[in-house]
Amino acid sequence: MSPSPPAIRLRGVVKRYGEVTAVAGLDLDVPEGTCVGLLGPNGAGKSTTMRLLTAQSIADEGSLEVLGHRLPGDSKSSRALMGVTPQLDNLDTTLTVEQNLLVFTYLYRVPRAERRAAIERALEIANLGDRRGAKVDELSGGMRRRLLIARALVHRPRLVLLDEPTVGLDPQVRQELWALIDQLRNEGTSILMSTHYIEEAQRLADTVTVMASGRAVAVGPPSDLVREHAGREALEVYGPPARLREVEAEAREHGWPTRRTGTSVTILRAEELDGLAPEGERRTANLEDVFVLLTGEEVA
Amino acid sequence: MAATAETARPSRPPAAPRRRVGRLDRDALAGVLVREVVNFSSYWRSTTFSSTVEPTIYLLAFGFGFGALVSQVNGLDYVEFVGTGTVATAVLFSSVFPAMFGTFVKYQFQKTYDAILAAPVDTEELVTGEVLWMACRAGTYGCMPLLVSMVFGLDPSWGMLTVPFIAFLTGLGWASFGVFIAGVMKSIENFNYVTSIVITPLFLTAGTYFPIDQLPEWAQVAANLNPLYHCVQLVRHAVFGFEGWVDLYHVAVIAAFGLAAWRLAIRAMERKLVN
Repeated sequence: MSPSPPAIRLRGVVKRYGEVTAVAGLDLDVPEGTCVGLLGPNGAGKSTTMRLLTAQSIADEGSLEVLGHRLPGDSKSSRALMGVTPQLDNLDTTLTVEQNLLVFTYLYRVPRAERRAAIERALEIANLGDRRGAKVDELSGGMRRRLLIARALVHRPRLVLLDEPTVGLDPQVRQELWALIDQLRNEGTSILMSTHYIEEAQRLADTVTVMASGRAVAVGPPSDLVREHAGREALEVYGPPARLREVEAEAREHGWPTRRTGTSVTILRAEELDGLAPEGERRTANLEDVFVLLTGEEVA
Repeated sequence: MAATAETARPSRPPAAPRRRVGRLDRDALAGVLVREVVNFSSYWRSTTFSSTVEPTIYLLAFGFGFGALVSQVNGLDYVEFVGTGTVATAVLFSSVFPAMFGTFVKYQFQKTYDAILAAPVDTEELVTGEVLWMACRAGTYGCMPLLVSMVFGLDPSWGMLTVPFIAFLTGLGWASFGVFIAGVMKSIENFNYVTSIVITPLFLTAGTYFPIDQLPEWAQVAANLNPLYHCVQLVRHAVFGFEGWVDLYHVAVIAAFGLAAWRLAIRAMERKLVN
């Protein structure tokens, strides 16, 4: 039996806005039924990639395929099978929770006989059954975000695009949404989730694609990426700026990979230092180490 | 570099049955229209109030103000002349302004169109659904001046039953024009230029408050290019008696304006929304 085609397949995708190249030759696969995290700093090209997938931006070069449909020509067919949660809240604020969902049952062509059940299911996903009659204006930030996600699921899509799904939310609300996304993943929905929260990608994504300057600079399961780029352990060396500069110079001399973390210098692959290590605190290497190492320490 | 997953999960959520998607798809138009209808349920009272009160004020001001000085125009009582002419004004105001401001707010500030275009709806369907809805409103509210005029003495006629359709067709053009303006303008403040340079002159030279045959010849020629003038003429003929081929010519001009404005609106919004 041949394997099912990927939910998303991008090859050599380039998108330019005048002089700026937002996406610069991106390859990306989202295998069906998995959650792929698109991790990158602001300006890495994550949101442009999301817009390319809904054909709201048109690529200058490369090929894009979503659920077997080639974009942009066949984009409408692929959009019928996927749901999108945008980074910016674009709910109809004068409508009630239920009316917002009703509108999208029509936009997503849910058959008439199934509309009521689809709305009830979405209300259950958003946990907003008791607020169905409330105007969106009356909801908290977390409720609005849950409604935004539920709105994208009203037609039981095969693929969901989540663009920074928890940006600007409290840690409690963020965890609530993680549970919701995890549930979707467990039900077999394919998910592409852009985020710049490392923990979010580490917890939810089967595979992470680290983006920088419009390109994929690393791809793999989070644990593999950490092992490959940061090793098992990291050594945090704290001290005044002069001391940190000394440590960085020493690391350069020995060829140790480092990253700056504001108040400290982190030496990666600390398990390979063989007694030469300066004094510091050892900890397990994590995806943030990989992220900073690969995307650069300077803010663009 | 391509991503690979550790394991693909076996189950997949069942997808709802899909119909074939095509161009100007009925389902997509229905989706856009339903959104507008549901939204309208939250503000229909204020819109209906202003659409009824405004023509009443115009009729009172012009009908009894100028009416005291001018008893008859082109063989009609001045109140009848203004009452039928104001239909075009009501159509213009209930289509072009909501189209300009509403469209701009929805794509620039509320990002509503981003949400709709992420669903299986194209810009052509989005614009068409929006202008159809505004044309429906114009078709309804455009009749208000006639109803008010009847209170002031305008006799009902069978031809009046065609006025909603005339108002709808005219509204389609002006709503499209409004969407086009919203699509080409970079800021909402720039709408003032359009209102001053385009809409106000067209509204005043449509033969609503005075007959255009009193104007200089060049202005009469210009008025003939004004789609609003053709709406005014067609409504008067509908109310007081159709004039055959002349009215078909008026319909053709209004339809041509609507078709051109519709295509321009789609083109402008495609440039704005898809980049």
